[in-house]
Amino acid sequence: MKKLVDKYTRKMIRAGLADDPLVCGLDDELFWNREDEAIPVLGNVVQGMNINSLIYAEPAEPYQTILRYLAERYPEIITPGDCETRTFLHDLPVIHSFSAETVLSCLRKRKSVIIAEDHAIRVVTFGTVSPEQAFVTFSSVCFSSFVLFFADYLDDLRQSNVTARQQKAFAAILPFVNKPAREAPGLHAGPFSTAEQVIEAMIEAGKYTVDFGLVDSYFGNISYRLNDTVYISQTGSSLDELAGCIDPCPLDGSSSSAITASSELSAHNEIFLRTDKLAILHGHPKFAVILSMDCDEQDCPQRGQCHIKCSRERFINDIPIVPGEVGTGPTGLCNTLPPAIKGNRGAIVWGHGLFTTGSTDFNEAFRNLLDIENMCRTQYFKRVQQLI
Amino acid sequence: MHYGWTGKILRIDLSTATHDILQPDEDIYRKFIGGKGMAGHFLRPHVTLDWDHPDMPLLLFTGPLVGTIAPTSGRSTVMSRSPLTGTVADCSVGGRLGFQLKRAGWDGIIITGKADNLCSIEIEDSHVRIHDAAQYRGKDTNDIFDAFFDGSRSVAAIGTAAENGVAFSSLTVDKHHAAGRTGIGLCFGAKNIKFLTIHGTGKIPVRNKKELLKAREEITRLTAASPILMGEQGFSCFGTGSIYDLMDSRRMMPTDNFRKTHFDRAGELNAYAYKENYLPKKYGCMGCHILCKKIAGKGKMKGGSMPEFETMSHFTALIGNTDMKLVMQANELCNRFGMDTISAAATLACYREMNGGIDLSAHLLDLLTQIGTASTELGRSLGRGSMKYAQGMQQDSQPSMSVKGLELPAYDPRGAYGMSLAYALSTRGGCHLRAYPVSHEILRKPVATDRFTFSGKARIIKIAEDQNAVVDSLTACKFIFFAAGLEEYARAYTAVTGVETTAQELLKAGERIYYHERIMNALNGFTAADDDLPMRFFTEAGSGGNAIEIKPLDREAFLEARARYYHIRGLDEQGRPTPEKTKELGLA
Repeated sequence: MKKLVDKYTRKMIRAGLADDPLVCGLDDELFWNREDEAIPVLGNVVQGMNINSLIYAEPAEPYQTILRYLAERYPEIITPGDCETRTFLHDLPVIHSFSAETVLSCLRKRKSVIIAEDHAIRVVTFGTVSPEQAFVTFSSVCFSSFVLFFADYLDDLRQSNVTARQQKAFAAILPFVNKPAREAPGLHAGPFSTAEQVIEAMIEAGKYTVDFGLVDSYFGNISYRLNDTVYISQTGSSLDELAGCIDPCPLDGSSSSAITASSELSAHNEIFLRTDKLAILHGHPKFAVILSMDCDEQDCPQRGQCHIKCSRERFINDIPIVPGEVGTGPTGLCNTLPPAIKGNRGAIVWGHGLFTTGSTDFNEAFRNLLDIENMCRTQYFKRVQQLI
Repeated sequence: MHYGWTGKILRIDLSTATHDILQPDEDIYRKFIGGKGMAGHFLRPHVTLDWDHPDMPLLLFTGPLVGTIAPTSGRSTVMSRSPLTGTVADCSVGGRLGFQLKRAGWDGIIITGKADNLCSIEIEDSHVRIHDAAQYRGKDTNDIFDAFFDGSRSVAAIGTAAENGVAFSSLTVDKHHAAGRTGIGLCFGAKNIKFLTIHGTGKIPVRNKKELLKAREEITRLTAASPILMGEQGFSCFGTGSIYDLMDSRRMMPTDNFRKTHFDRAGELNAYAYKENYLPKKYGCMGCHILCKKIAGKGKMKGGSMPEFETMSHFTALIGNTDMKLVMQANELCNRFGMDTISAAATLACYREMNGGIDLSAHLLDLLTQIGTASTELGRSLGRGSMKYAQGMQQDSQPSMSVKGLELPAYDPRGAYGMSLAYALSTRGGCHLRAYPVSHEILRKPVATDRFTFSGKARIIKIAEDQNAVVDSLTACKFIFFAAGLEEYARAYTAVTGVETTAQELLKAGERIYYHERIMNALNGFTAADDDLPMRFFTEAGSGGNAIEIKPLDREAFLEARARYYHIRGLDEQGRPTPEKTKELGLA
């Protein structure tokens, strides 16, 4: 367990989620990554649950400021509307005093709890098989809070409801968001002719996608078509750790050894069948997700069900936005995404993420992912300026 | 009680042909939930009796979610003491049995005594009738379903195997669903019950329908996001056979009685090949949208059950067969006779190894017939299961690849160390479903774990056992937990019953239910000596390849992990329950 605890401590820091996380793992004995005065309380939390790992941390900026503001605005439960919350987290409970009892009251029901005590903000998450679950949940809490904060701000501007406290938080966060744009790196050049080349290129592109902050935790995927086989990242794989986590899937379905492939395999396959593209990259760049949720039709009868029922043709410049839920099923994005992305350099799934394609390798797909996110960021602040 | 449970349990005494009604206190329901938990509660006072003693109860229980719109909630639990292993014997079974029982107004049935002659039991709401069934002696399960399974009622039947004392006899429900393991079919045979029909017309009230709908939405959304369940290569499209390729590519397909872990011909015998040859149709249990059951759509077997993954694997790789048609025929024969396909194939693999690895293909159907009809000494001998067969041949039990006498399923534990612990520690013997670590060691859910380490696995196995005990008590399907969790099912439970709960509170009940089974096994003398694997896994390597090395399990590391499990579970060093933990869990 020590190895895993250390690994996810490092990942928390590297992902910019926390500067000094407290992480524990439990098999027959409890192991903490460091000393902390919160351990007696958290030890009781661990004892009070049937779990094997826990993360307790003050989120790094800008998440700390965001969560502090959201915990004031929504003092009991924060309910972001993005896909990760809707599908996996459901909501984010908030408590205002730190004790084993208050933490347990939330963690017995939900995967996370936000502790907003005085001026301090802490987040607690847990796992039942690995600290990775706690890491993923922590990352999702930060991502969905970020999305909610910026989506709320734009919506409130439109309604002229922005408060002084909200404006102050927005101003405090801006330095962390307005970072200079980075140039896309030069990736392996295709087209590729062997599985080894494909896998190497996918590992490289995955690492850069994480490094550029274009996906949170493990909620992205990547694929490449080599003849009649689609190589795709496995379900729940981290894009920065793809070695050994890529499944070859024959397009004719003649083997199901890729049952562990990404939940978006159907959408990827359909895109490959409809287009002559060879590479697909899917990330969760924040401003693409935020803008996909920004809609000025306050009286729309589908409001609240936009993620599955939005029937308008919506675009951010040239990029279409479509509804669709994760995976398959009648409301799955496998139905909406493939026709939308054909003929476009990318498409955004409402509240979820951005898919891009490349004709020969991941250079084009990555550049599209980065450019579209930069465009969305620019567009977001343009809309803000127009509304102020 | 108005919601979740009917509050009534039907008790039938076959010796006197009488029945009465039990109405347990509400706190019993809160402690044991339903299904597996409730059945265990009623088994314990009698668990030290011989499995065929007339006072040994045979239990059939539904759970609080059964009959509602909570996904996969049409299941029920059948329980008694195993004729094959002597342990607790319980099977979660699908079809419509639980649904009809609940609609008939019963949370469960307790059957004791023994009928003088072969009988059937008919339950029509509150009416209970016991009929003479002598004319059905010697009939296979298809005969019973042809006569009684018309869609208006649920039917559970044994075949000739149970009549003839086969220790791994199964109970077949609604033609396509089996309570397969531990010889539960023989428990029906011991009471002279050939079949059971249930029809209910009552309504099942739900405390908060709106909340239940929300819980259902959450669960189905997660299901749709699961490639294993609903993906284009998942269970919904291909059935459980969709993991056949995966097990071979991960080098953990039990081959030649677990002497190898890779089967050269697997690529020709996978789920896709079955789909091409038999055009299977989707079919499922009551209340399930996954529809993992597959029914043959063409050929001579049209309308029959397609083999599940375990059957596909064990009737090919384990016994060295490469004929798909023969797998279909063996599966059909086992279903007709009412025999567990895992134990049947594994017993034949044991027989094959003890006979110099002979080619079974030409004799397979004949051997199964000899077992199912007990028509020869060999058939009767094999029908006792692999361990007793091997011991009976005056060899040690080494060729029997079993734990506590229950033959191992189609996951080689050298390729997933958590599975080795799960097999060894399972309260019903060599079972993959008690903890199902394949979920995270291979299928990456909820997240992936390192399959070649024991680190952390002791607690993971304990938590998973607790969770699955809850699932089997609710009673839902374990497969849906590849996607959803107790977080979502706790919401459904509260919505149905009105009883406030949380995922962690349900897990606590799961811990109680599972510990209860350890108590019952300990009462029958089971100790750490029984929580072990066949030595082959510690001394022989599997078949490496694809840059994967399958080493023998490290005996010392295995025993250390098992000791950690005992500590975490609150057992003593011999794996026996302690008074302190027993009291803590309210089981004293």
